[in-house]
Amino acid sequence: MVVNLLEVNGLTVTFPTPDGPVRAVRGISFGVDRGRTLGIVGESGSGKSVAALTLLGLTPGASVGGQALFGGDDLLAMSEPELRAVRGARIAVVFQDPLSSLHPMYRVGWQITEAIRAHTPASRRAARERAIELLGMVGIAQPRRRIDDYPHQFSGGMRQRVMIAMALALGPDLVIADEPTTALDTTVQAQILDLLHRLQQELGMALIIITHDLGVVAQTADEVQVMYAGRIAETADRRTIFYRAHHPYTLGLLGSVPSAAGRGRLTPIAGQPPSPIRLPSGCPFHPRCAYRMDRCTVEEPPLLTVGGGPGHRSACWLPVDARRSEVMV
Amino acid sequence: MTDNEVLLQAIDVVKHFAVRRRGPHVRAVDGVSLTVHSGETVGLVGETGCGKSTLARCIARLYELSSGRVVFEGRDITRLSRRRLAPVRRNLQMIFQDPYGSLNPRRRVGSIIGDPLAIHDVADGRDRRRRVQELMELVGLNPEHYNRYPAEFSGGQRQRIGVARAVALRPRLIVCDEPVSALDVSIQAQIINLLDDLKDQLGIAYVFISHDLSVVRHVSDRVAVMYLGQIVETAAAEDLYARPRHPYTVALLSATPVADPDLADRRTPILLTGDVPSPVDPPSGCRFHPRCPKARERCRIEAPALESRTPGEDTHLTACHFPVHDPAELMAS
Repeated sequence: MVVNLLEVNGLTVTFPTPDGPVRAVRGISFGVDRGRTLGIVGESGSGKSVAALTLLGLTPGASVGGQALFGGDDLLAMSEPELRAVRGARIAVVFQDPLSSLHPMYRVGWQITEAIRAHTPASRRAARERAIELLGMVGIAQPRRRIDDYPHQFSGGMRQRVMIAMALALGPDLVIADEPTTALDTTVQAQILDLLHRLQQELGMALIIITHDLGVVAQTADEVQVMYAGRIAETADRRTIFYRAHHPYTLGLLGSVPSAAGRGRLTPIAGQPPSPIRLPSGCPFHPRCAYRMDRCTVEEPPLLTVGGGPGHRSACWLPVDARRSEVMV
Repeated sequence: MTDNEVLLQAIDVVKHFAVRRRGPHVRAVDGVSLTVHSGETVGLVGETGCGKSTLARCIARLYELSSGRVVFEGRDITRLSRRRLAPVRRNLQMIFQDPYGSLNPRRRVGSIIGDPLAIHDVADGRDRRRRVQELMELVGLNPEHYNRYPAEFSGGQRQRIGVARAVALRPRLIVCDEPVSALDVSIQAQIINLLDDLKDQLGIAYVFISHDLSVVRHVSDRVAVMYLGQIVETAAAEDLYARPRHPYTVALLSATPVADPDLADRRTPILLTGDVPSPVDPPSGCRFHPRCPKARERCRIEAPALESRTPGEDTHLTACHFPVHDPAELMAS
């Protein structure tokens, strides 16, 4: 088997709370390689962001298990100084809200050059030139003038471009984008997604896009991983997930999205997502599942290979029949 | 569905906000006219700052208008006092985006939903409790949870509480301001279906505001697209989505992600340059011209009227001097 740039094995993340431990991520394995985009989809509380941010040591207070091999080194076993050398340099993050991830009191140019100088021996002057070049690359007009502006002088879309410029400053091998366009308007979202795609083509990095928006995934991802209650419910290539889904949760999500075809009644998932402190027995989705069997209430299904395409796996006890989604709809 | 009775008319509504005591105003809504027929859902779409929520609040008379008129059930309600507005509210209700901020956290759910019944002296005592529990059942809440507080409910359930409160008096029109935007996808679909069902059962008309074009298409009979305080295009929903005429609508539609990989691959989004300009000092002429791939000299000078631009399309109105007849003409630029 090919070894990916990032290989995560059996990742668990648990937060202690006064009400008991919250098992945010419960043993998931995934990987992504250079030039590829992994889309992680899920609703609030599914563990999608926690899973990715834990790799970078950005979930303080959590107890973490498993292994995350990045170019052969285990991120989860690294000391804080070792991790600091990787974070920002070889793995970069773009967050949802650029306003809270840029320091409001410093000029954007200073923030980018500081990131460059923290990781490389570049001179102040060289770092500044590099920052101007990066701002130009992400589509900010007149970068030489804008570099001395403060974050509030940029619009939301422009701030997200600044964040992307900062993420790319050190030529990372992997970029993790956590809901990168959720706070943006439709036309600006299209610009940012186009920018991320174009930069990935040019620079060949690996990209993980975390989102709740199935439309964003359909447009950007090579592989898709659907998360529910801290586990991977289903994973496959993009087309298999959208056209030959196996897991009832994935089908439920797809049925919840108004389609381009118009006004047919939506088929939402009944009920609410479970509390991460008191997960249901067996399969965590069983209380909401229309296809529940006795076994589902007792035994949690592992991620099993199903027949929709190569690498198609689903955590569901239903028969391995890839055409089920077509029968159902 | 819809009959022809006009339920609500907004006529040339203007709402400006003062930023400072002296100095320029934010021209949030700048001359909008809109008609809603009984039993009809009118969708309002647009991006941040286009004025859709301000317009909603003007229609529901939560804001005083700067100028223009709102006529509801044949009666001009523009200048009604709070007291005289109260009976109008029986038939004109509102649902808000934030299911956390719009419910008083210190009051029990039963009394929140029962408020309209109390205020309008419709029912009291045991009768009110019975009616509230019927309403809870109607919107898919457990009537036994009558005595719980909002914090004990999830986001989707709280939005159901907001819906129950809005339909308590069987209003004829509900203005819904981004009612599903704060909810997860699977919960969003539950609320959309609920609003659909209530429309069928109770014959309610909606003004449905959202930035999500797919959601608006799904719920609306007619759609109006707003940009910088004005309506740039309006038509029957199917017509608007199949044959958008305004370059902004075309761009907006092309930029909306679709949950269908093959469709996504076939489309080329028309990428508008730049961001929406400030509503304090909107561009001259057509407000969209600085971002429009088709803009010409005339667009800089003369504001286009919202009118039918294609023979035979009487109900399809577009505010554009050079309406789009083939979306491909925007691609090249």
